[in-house]
Amino acid sequence: MIVLTPLKKFELPVQAESINPDVFQGKSVDEIASLTVWEGNKQKQLCDLFKIEETAVEAPSITINGDVSEVRRIGQGMKNGEIVINGNAGMHLGEKMAGGKITVNGNTSGWTGSSMKKGLIEIHGDASDYLASPYRGSTEGMRGGKIIVDGNVGSDSGCCLRGGVIKIKGNAGPFLGFNITDGTIHVEKNAGARLAANMTGGKIVVSGVVADIMPTFTVDGAKAKVKIDDTESAQGPFYVFLGDLAEKGNGKLFVSKASNPQLGPIYDKYL
Amino acid sequence: MTEMIIKNGFVFDPINGINGEKMDICIKNGKIVESVNEHKAKKIDATGLTVMPGAVDIHTHIAGGEVNTGRMVRPEDHIKDVVRKTAITRSGTGYSIPSTFVTGYRYSKMGYTTVMNPSMAPLGAKHTHEELNDIPLLDKATFPLIGDWWFVLEYLQKGDLTGCARHVAWMMETTKGYAIKIVNPGGLESWGFGNNVHSIDDVVPNFGITPREIMCGLAKVNKMLNLPHSIHLHTNNLGLPGNYVTTLETMKALESVPTDGKPVGHITHLQFSSFAGDSWGNMKSAAEEISKYINNHNHMTFDMGQVIFSDTTTMTADGPFEYVLYQLSGHKWVNSDVETETSGGIIPMHYKRTSAVNAIQWSIGLELALLIEDPWKMFMTTDHPNAGPFFAYPKIMAWLISNKARMATLKRCHKKGQKKSLLPSIKRELSLYELAVVTRAGQAKALGLKDKGHLGVGADGDVAIYNINPETLDIAKKYRTARRAFGNAAYTIKDGKVVVKDGEVVQHVDGKTMWVNVQTADPVKVDADMKLKFKKYWTVEYENYPVSDHYVKVSDQIHVKASV
Repeated sequence: MIVLTPLKKFELPVQAESINPDVFQGKSVDEIASLTVWEGNKQKQLCDLFKIEETAVEAPSITINGDVSEVRRIGQGMKNGEIVINGNAGMHLGEKMAGGKITVNGNTSGWTGSSMKKGLIEIHGDASDYLASPYRGSTEGMRGGKIIVDGNVGSDSGCCLRGGVIKIKGNAGPFLGFNITDGTIHVEKNAGARLAANMTGGKIVVSGVVADIMPTFTVDGAKAKVKIDDTESAQGPFYVFLGDLAEKGNGKLFVSKASNPQLGPIYDKYL
Repeated sequence: MTEMIIKNGFVFDPINGINGEKMDICIKNGKIVESVNEHKAKKIDATGLTVMPGAVDIHTHIAGGEVNTGRMVRPEDHIKDVVRKTAITRSGTGYSIPSTFVTGYRYSKMGYTTVMNPSMAPLGAKHTHEELNDIPLLDKATFPLIGDWWFVLEYLQKGDLTGCARHVAWMMETTKGYAIKIVNPGGLESWGFGNNVHSIDDVVPNFGITPREIMCGLAKVNKMLNLPHSIHLHTNNLGLPGNYVTTLETMKALESVPTDGKPVGHITHLQFSSFAGDSWGNMKSAAEEISKYINNHNHMTFDMGQVIFSDTTTMTADGPFEYVLYQLSGHKWVNSDVETETSGGIIPMHYKRTSAVNAIQWSIGLELALLIEDPWKMFMTTDHPNAGPFFAYPKIMAWLISNKARMATLKRCHKKGQKKSLLPSIKRELSLYELAVVTRAGQAKALGLKDKGHLGVGADGDVAIYNINPETLDIAKKYRTARRAFGNAAYTIKDGKVVVKDGEVVQHVDGKTMWVNVQTADPVKVDADMKLKFKKYWTVEYENYPVSDHYVKVSDQIHVKASV
């Protein structure tokens, strides 16, 4: 069980896909110290950038104490184990992860949990743009697992979602759930413009205020309660919208009635 | 200058009828010669290795507007295949649409030395040549799209074949092109108005002529100009179930063109033109019908367009077909109408074993290649990147030389695809000699490249050496070993210089760009009327239109005397 502490404030981006419980598994501290990372365009060893210590067995597989907001690709593709980051984390945290758990006691940067397949990411702070969204141009979004964000998320989050659950306890930026085909997104506060654009399946639940409803969505009814996952559900009542009709979509968008009185005059007559 | 001798290899040179004989190949000043001074010459010991002429690709989209747009549309395609620089090679990206340098390196690693870029909108000729200049290690040529070009349609409408021939000669010089490319004749002009043609006798709007007249007219023009290659044809109704009827009609229509023994046309990516059935649900292979016709006729050549199960990008001038693909896949797409010349479209495509249609397509390509008896008629391509990236060629070679390899892939395909496949009934396995025909000799011959595709005296010093010992290795059984060898040439020699050794690029060499300069008795007059048309219908003035000589970095002009 390893504790990493940054030796300095990183000025250049660090590419550190080797900070991964699967990579650390069965390696001695010395072996871990010699793992390669890139700082800017220079190849370095992990020990050049971090203080590496071993602790009790019961602790999480990897604990990082300090600000690693310039360190990218931590836990990329991890399958087992747990990473705890006590500080801010950099881009591509847990990208394509296939199991295990990442906890961040701070904020994360873009593409957190990008294209993840399984596992759990808990962010006790804000997440930036492209949460769970795939790399630019790709449509291979998150397939499974769960992401919980206590704070707000930026724009283009949950794009191309194909499965799994994203729970956002704060506000979400524009283009939330762009092009989603399956899976569930729940925003407890407000959601930005162009919500669910291009949606063809799946479920998006907004308990707060929506900036707008795309004209390509049609109201289908109202619902008192919506299931988020096996353990929890969101309390309504909600408007139920179907869309995105421009894509012949069959996705469901649930928008809180109480938080959005501005929608009443437009949609109530169709219920 | 440099001399080289390749000693003791098993040489496969089908144009000169050499089938695995142990012999030496001598190169001097970049050309094959009878003998060299053995003491001075650089020796390459090819004992126990297979020596073939440098491979030739007759159809691969590697440069130009549609390729570059494809690159821009697919950032996700590049990130999964990043190529670092080395002391010799430059960095770049793959995968389905590699950057220019990576294209050159990857072709060369497989023993390729000559490739043909088959689709260039004349308006994009300058761009295409700029990209071709940047592709190293390969000789290249590019085919301008002429089948839906307004001037040509006007000449054909008037029935003025001589005028048309002179105009096409001017086009070849203006765009530094090599052959006449025709894509979905008439269909692209119709696409400008949101329509398509659905048979070779449908009328093209505004011109009142039919695809049949365009194809046969240009095939006759091709003969009048004595161009080295025949017309290069992408058929109507490509990629639609039941289109084999159109393909058969196209081949029958071209029988009417007088031939002097040379083929009158080349139908490219034949796999996409050989679908039977009337919907995607009951789509099946028409390889039997098509190959039966081809086995009984000698007026045309073909290439495979073999599907590779991978994530690739389709790009073609056939705009209406790309629209059909968009409706099927719902993926991001690009479509355009290139002014008065052609159209274009791009859409990503993932060919999957688990899709019945894709499995059938995969099977059709191989069925055609194996059922067409004469290897000099049917060549190996993937229509890169439309049916798969070119660096998957070793996979196709393995399928062609080994029934075992085919069955291993077939049994992993969709059940419906397996059931409909003719492959279990075809036991043919290509020999190394036949493989040399379908990958270099046949292609060079069909393209009219006199100095390529063979190792006779006077040929270009382009040689590929593979780590295959035909005496000890049974390629049909050990197809994996053969596949590895074809993917990593022991040596690739370009113009007498070793550019690849053991699958690694060891030297940077610029390739030539070949283009035909056709001398007609009476050249086309660029008169005020023609310039006015440019002013009226093009976004580019006539003066800015031609590809001037300095655009072509290493120019290889081929002089041809026309009979008009």
